[in-house]
Amino acid sequence: MKHLLSTADLTRADAIRILDTAAQMAATQSREIKKLPTLRGRTVVNLFFEDSTRTRISFETAAKRLSADVINFSAKGSSVSKGESLKDTALTLQAMGADAVVIRHQASGAPHTLAHAGWVEAAVVNAGDGMHQHPTQALLDAFTMRRHLVGRGAAGSAVVGDPTGQDLAGLRVAVVGDVLHSRVARSNVHLLHTLGAQVTLVAPPTLVPVGVETWPCDVSYHLDEVLAETAPDAVMMLRVQRERMSGSGAGGGAFFPNPLEYTRNFGLDGRRLALLPDHTIVMHPGPMNRGLEISAEAADSPRAVIVEQVANGVAVRMAVLYLLLAGDASKERAGLE
Amino acid sequence: MSSGPAVPSSEPTVTPEDTSDGVTTVLGEAEIARALTRIAHEVVERNKGARDLVLLGIPTRGVPLAERLAERLATIEPGLVPADVVGELDVTMYRDDLHKHPVRTIGATRLPASGIDGKIVVLVDDVLFSGRTIRAALDAISDIGRPRAVQLAALVDRGHRELPIRPDYVGKNLPTSLSERVSVRLVETDGTPDGAAGSGQAVTDAVLISQRPTSTSSEGTR
Amino acid sequence: MSEQTTNPTYVLQGAAPLGADPVDLVLARGVITEVRAANSPVGDDETVVDATGLVALPGLVDLHTHLREPGREDAETIVSGTRAAAVGGFTAVHAMANTTPVADTAGVVEQVWRIGRDAGWVDVHPVGAVSVGLDGHQLAEIGAMADSAARVRVFSDDGRCVWDPILMRRALEYVKAFDGVVAQHAQEPRLTEGAQMNEGVVSAELGLAGWPAVAEEAIIARDVLLAEHVGSRLHVCHLSTAGSVEIIRWAKGRGIDVTAEVTPHHLVLTDELARDYDPTFKVNPPLRTAADVEAVRQGLADGTIDIVATDHAPHTREDKDCEWAAAAFGMTGLETALSVVQQTMVDTGRMTWADVARVLSAAPARIGRIDQGPTAQGRPLEVGEPANVVLVDPAARRVVDGRTQATASTNTPFHGRELPGRVVATFLRGRATVLAGAPVEQVVGVRS
Repeated sequence: MKHLLSTADLTRADAIRILDTAAQMAATQSREIKKLPTLRGRTVVNLFFEDSTRTRISFETAAKRLSADVINFSAKGSSVSKGESLKDTALTLQAMGADAVVIRHQASGAPHTLAHAGWVEAAVVNAGDGMHQHPTQALLDAFTMRRHLVGRGAAGSAVVGDPTGQDLAGLRVAVVGDVLHSRVARSNVHLLHTLGAQVTLVAPPTLVPVGVETWPCDVSYHLDEVLAETAPDAVMMLRVQRERMSGSGAGGGAFFPNPLEYTRNFGLDGRRLALLPDHTIVMHPGPMNRGLEISAEAADSPRAVIVEQVANGVAVRMAVLYLLLAGDASKERAGLE
Repeated sequence: MSSGPAVPSSEPTVTPEDTSDGVTTVLGEAEIARALTRIAHEVVERNKGARDLVLLGIPTRGVPLAERLAERLATIEPGLVPADVVGELDVTMYRDDLHKHPVRTIGATRLPASGIDGKIVVLVDDVLFSGRTIRAALDAISDIGRPRAVQLAALVDRGHRELPIRPDYVGKNLPTSLSERVSVRLVETDGTPDGAAGSGQAVTDAVLISQRPTSTSSEGTR
Repeated sequence: MSEQTTNPTYVLQGAAPLGADPVDLVLARGVITEVRAANSPVGDDETVVDATGLVALPGLVDLHTHLREPGREDAETIVSGTRAAAVGGFTAVHAMANTTPVADTAGVVEQVWRIGRDAGWVDVHPVGAVSVGLDGHQLAEIGAMADSAARVRVFSDDGRCVWDPILMRRALEYVKAFDGVVAQHAQEPRLTEGAQMNEGVVSAELGLAGWPAVAEEAIIARDVLLAEHVGSRLHVCHLSTAGSVEIIRWAKGRGIDVTAEVTPHHLVLTDELARDYDPTFKVNPPLRTAADVEAVRQGLADGTIDIVATDHAPHTREDKDCEWAAAAFGMTGLETALSVVQQTMVDTGRMTWADVARVLSAAPARIGRIDQGPTAQGRPLEVGEPANVVLVDPAARRVVDGRTQATASTNTPFHGRELPGRVVATFLRGRATVLAGAPVEQVVGVRS
């Protein structure tokens, strides 16, 4: 694996390998000494054209826990408006000897361009590109689901066995919210499908893209129906942007009459929480709009694994950096010893 | 610290069996079993009992060897529960040669419930060669806890050390040339159905020597 | 301006006019003077051009070209652009108005016309803007541009849509006075804000904002009805969707005076090419689906679509060597147009060379009203007609190399592709602009 650009590029074996490696990484993070020497001498650059403190810190932590050197480059969209700065920035990073570039960019496809234009030799990790993909988010989501839901004992048993080597076959996942603009949704649909889970997207018609009928998932406009009929094992609430919900501001182009109507129909509140099976986990990629797509009651309930998702993010990103950087990529083979 | 084997070995010379493709068996099932029994006794003797002992097997084959040693300890020392003293220590993330090979799978690290702080940790591995794996294991241990002492048990010592590392317990000293390859087969890891691919024969424990292929090979950890 | 007798008399020996039986075509004093039997004896003062196996077409006429000058000479100049046109077999091009400054006054169109004339590669007919600054709010000086030395007859805000229905109505009415035509770039702006590529299955996966087909079709539907209501002619630029073809077909069936063009790239490329995020394939209107490609081919074959126009849109490397969202829209096309038409329509048996002459020469000249008078284009290859001729070798095959084309820019979507056909010679009123496949360099400013 030379780059991680999209979960659509991952085979089932690739995905399981990343999850298993993340599990080992997570184990090291519960020790007192969390640092490992594995990527000593490697340089990881965080190239963030879009503001995101959380994801950047997560990647930075992951790289530093593996003893890699980290360089942070942050360029807000306004001063970096034309594409040549991506190329020139890339050439500078190449000159500085970056081994990996973690890139977040507002333009869909920018990581793909960076990986294939021949400007850098580094491994490219997509930390979120426009509306396209956010592969490490989907991986940490899958990791979280596997931890809680796979290898469970008999019905009602709270004990979860060791899910190493396992996929998510048979799990039912509901992904709720602004699918149209969500790279998290796209990454999750591909990855969950690859891992054998069954996905239902729930959104109002205005927030579902033309062409979604070709995606490997179901689509519904009715959240209550989906919760009642599919009894999902995991409910993932997507962040919704208030600006898109407002009837004013965006002029006739708002996607929803007003936030209240959205919350009434698609928000996860206490009532809907109670409809879920006991074992169902509640997920959110963050940051949350408490009261809009998810109520405080749901966000703070014991079913919510949102904080754990953040911790798992470090382990997953450690795993990705390890798999991309530790070995000799020129001798790529199946790689399992 | 002597530079030779810690305990003089007195096992009889083994007549090597030649197989058709230039592979020689230097230790068979019975010899391996006897060596492990002897090592178990040496461990108890050296440490004046089995109190505070922890056996950490280094994946892949060090793990079943550690488990077998633990079982033998249980027959020597009454009251010792093998599961309480055995663990696995994956050293992949501490290796210094990762970038020379395609990326390796990381194995599990599991310590016994009592941990390793203040314990006598005996690292268990199948083949001791350059010593780099053990160096990585020592670094891993120091990040996990603070044992009272660390000792090393190896089924085979084939020489060619690159670091000042020496075993405390050795099953067999096996002088080899660098052009040779030493492989170990154990029923737990290489036995059918998970082990030997479709040979149809039952796999038994063995230590084998063969000629290393001339092209650069990623097989065989040094 | 008169054609001097310094031009040699050319005998195009063994040329097949519109693919018919070979003849010798004689070009002298700017006109076709004779059509002899093939390989007839040649006079001492006559220059032979061996046209064995070559097809002779009337010089091609492009109704839709971007020459970028004034303002973006880093991407193309009138000289480089018209040279590229000649290499592509063109003898006349209509230069779109979205320059800097915009061609919305007599002054700018005359400047463009003059530079083109002095360069001498093709006849340059500037297109005038419909609205001042292409802003879509106020009518430009359409009458002044029509009366200028450039004699503008085609008006377009191309690059932008004339979205205000009132302004479109006024423009349609106004140009009737001098038989002008409004050429609409059909793109409903509100439905395509921030759009990057065709809206469909591919855009949903790639996470790129979509440019839905309805944004083109809704404007065309409105405009044909407007044209009908005010009794004007209308031309629709770069048709790209199956729905648009249907609307034009319906409109013509009602007797509405509408003409339509399709670009070579829309005849062959689809939105699947965006999957690698290579901005070479970013264009406006965007590449559509395979079903749309088939529909426009059918429309061109059955005459619903009247002409092929290149929408040649050169861009500098900086504007394309970047991530998709930051890249400019547009592809070059003057030097590959004829080959693409041959590959998609002639070699597949859907059109003949006579049809090619119609869609790439006669019809565009007629729509642009340049098919009459001393500088007429798109005329038949007959005695007495101006000697605007192009010789094509249909059996040749060539691999397109963006770096060695005559156009100053390298953004061709066909780089590395093998295309059939090669322009061997181009004659502008009896003067060779291209011989042996290469431009005939001449001192700029010397009229001949």
